[in-house]
Amino acid sequence: MILLITSILAITLRAGTSLVYATIGEIYTERSGILNLGIEGMMLMGAVTAFSVSYHTGNLFLAVFAAMGVGALLAALHAFLSITMRANQVVSGLSITIFGSGFASFLGQRLGPESNGYYLAGLVAPRFHSVAIPGLSRLPIIGAVFDQDLLTYVVFLLIPVAWFFLYKTRYGLNLRAVGENPQTADAMGVNVSKIRYVYTVLGGMLVGLGGAHLSLSYTPGWTENITGGRGWIVIALVIFSMWNPGRAILGAIIFGGINAVQFRLQASGTTIPAAYLNMAPYLATVIVLVVMTWWETHNRKVGSPAALGVSYMREDK
Amino acid sequence: MRVVFEKRKFMSRRALIFVPVVSFIISLFLTGILLLIFRTNPLKTYAGMFAGAFGSWSNFTETLVKAIPLMLTGLGVSIAFRLRFWNIGAEGQLTFGGVAAAWVALFWSSWLPAPLLLPVAIIVGALAGALWAGIPAGLKVGLGVDETLTTLMLNYVAILFSEGLYYGPWRDPKGFGFPGTRMFPEAAWLPRFSGRAHAGLWFAIIIGLLLWVVMNRTRWGFELKMIGKNQKAARCLGVGIGKNILLALLLSGALSGLAGACEVTAISHRLQQGLSIGYGYTAIIVAWLSQLNPIASLFVGLLMAALLVGGDQVQMTMGLPSAMGLVLQGMILFPMLAGSLFTEYRLKVIKPEKEGV
Repeated sequence: MILLITSILAITLRAGTSLVYATIGEIYTERSGILNLGIEGMMLMGAVTAFSVSYHTGNLFLAVFAAMGVGALLAALHAFLSITMRANQVVSGLSITIFGSGFASFLGQRLGPESNGYYLAGLVAPRFHSVAIPGLSRLPIIGAVFDQDLLTYVVFLLIPVAWFFLYKTRYGLNLRAVGENPQTADAMGVNVSKIRYVYTVLGGMLVGLGGAHLSLSYTPGWTENITGGRGWIVIALVIFSMWNPGRAILGAIIFGGINAVQFRLQASGTTIPAAYLNMAPYLATVIVLVVMTWWETHNRKVGSPAALGVSYMREDK
Repeated sequence: MRVVFEKRKFMSRRALIFVPVVSFIISLFLTGILLLIFRTNPLKTYAGMFAGAFGSWSNFTETLVKAIPLMLTGLGVSIAFRLRFWNIGAEGQLTFGGVAAAWVALFWSSWLPAPLLLPVAIIVGALAGALWAGIPAGLKVGLGVDETLTTLMLNYVAILFSEGLYYGPWRDPKGFGFPGTRMFPEAAWLPRFSGRAHAGLWFAIIIGLLLWVVMNRTRWGFELKMIGKNQKAARCLGVGIGKNILLALLLSGALSGLAGACEVTAISHRLQQGLSIGYGYTAIIVAWLSQLNPIASLFVGLLMAALLVGGDQVQMTMGLPSAMGLVLQGMILFPMLAGSLFTEYRLKVIKPEKEGV
């Protein structure tokens, strides 16, 4: 039983890492009032970039930075379309997903070596390995927490930092103000467009990093559709965490846990078909949304930025 | 010198036509640069794609095969978008429609008279699509639940549900492990008119024309337009908003459900993997690119299908990834989105001396 819990915990954390990166990224973006539905495409691009750079240079850190750069570029495109050109954010985000998944699969068949027909699939590249922390990793049950890869340790640190930044600093206050009430923030001398650009791009970097974790650690290698819908789960996790980076870990553990439990169940030969187990996160999202909306209309504010998805135009006042 | 956007008093009709055309040209140009980076001749690629999609009658019928679901889902999505209801669930509505049509075709044949099997399967498929869109619509109207996420999540639920069926209880026992149901009885096959191109095309064309009339010439179409433009004004004028959103969404889902029913009854003749290859997402592009005009949706649906088929063709002939079509689709959207600003705003250059400090 204890072994079972330990193994579920280990899988959960590993599965959760890329989700947490992307969730924190999207929380920042949405806090500024920009809805980015391009995460699935951006994670795929991050994953293919990271794997390709790792394969060609052997440098994991270069790979991670490249993935962050690609995420930032796509996010900048979304920012340009939805902030400067005031395009519809839903459609802009979706087109990033369509383009990103298409282009990632294009790159996957073009960035490989000649000997492999330019395919990246099936190749092996340097990857992040688990680094056990001496002593702590031998603890019963929670030992698994201290036997993770570097990117997972970084994510543990990132959560409190992100929380502190958002709620305890001047920058965080400005960011929240822009997402809640851009008119007032503007009147107070905050540059609404600039802040939205900065946090959309920052969010994109973290999403790209989430993608990199997939191809460099969680499922090392490149396969078509390596994200398997994680980008959409992230959008659900943002709601689940109520736009609070501190709660992002909770959601990721629950969603990662569903994955892990289902993995165990399948291994133990359950009669419930995998497809129905796989539905759980998506159904859970719908239920959470319904409950939260009900809560928000009947009690108090849940925390969604009031200006989310609404473009701001000074001249329109 | 400073450049600002100035709101136009009227929507620019010229921009409405100009923007999609210019976007398409820009996207061909930008994708061309990408192709050059990968040492591929863009002109040859485009020529290959064009020939692959329109080069011969048999190629053209394959383009039609992919155009039919795109036209139907595109029309469906446009109806929802008219109300600013972000239905991005056409994929799931299509899948659920296909599942329901398969259910009729597989299990009702024992008691339903053969001539009725196909029409009932198609109607039940459309109803199932309507039901699948009705859930998020009901949640939105009743509780105010954001539809972008519910429609999106239900896509995955529908796809997994169908997977659960053809891997599980509906799996063909004689299928040698092939994940799919058994073949439908022939009475449930939608007739094809050439190659694999089927009667679904007539549905799409007739519905497209009908929708154009409804949207532009009837009171209901006018009410929908008003709800989309200004909910408050619509409410003041006594337009029932909740009821109309619900009705429009049922219709929107029904069209996607119909698309799914046509796919299973005309193309695969069974329920199996790959019922939808992202038609529901491409439908969003179709709706957007056609500026929600139903007749334009038919042509844009054909264009998007040509990109898909053309992409497949250059994969075979030039060894390019078939994702080329998807890349082009995404690329068309970016300039289109950037350009949509010009229908409502115009650029105004303010010279420094006029700015008056």
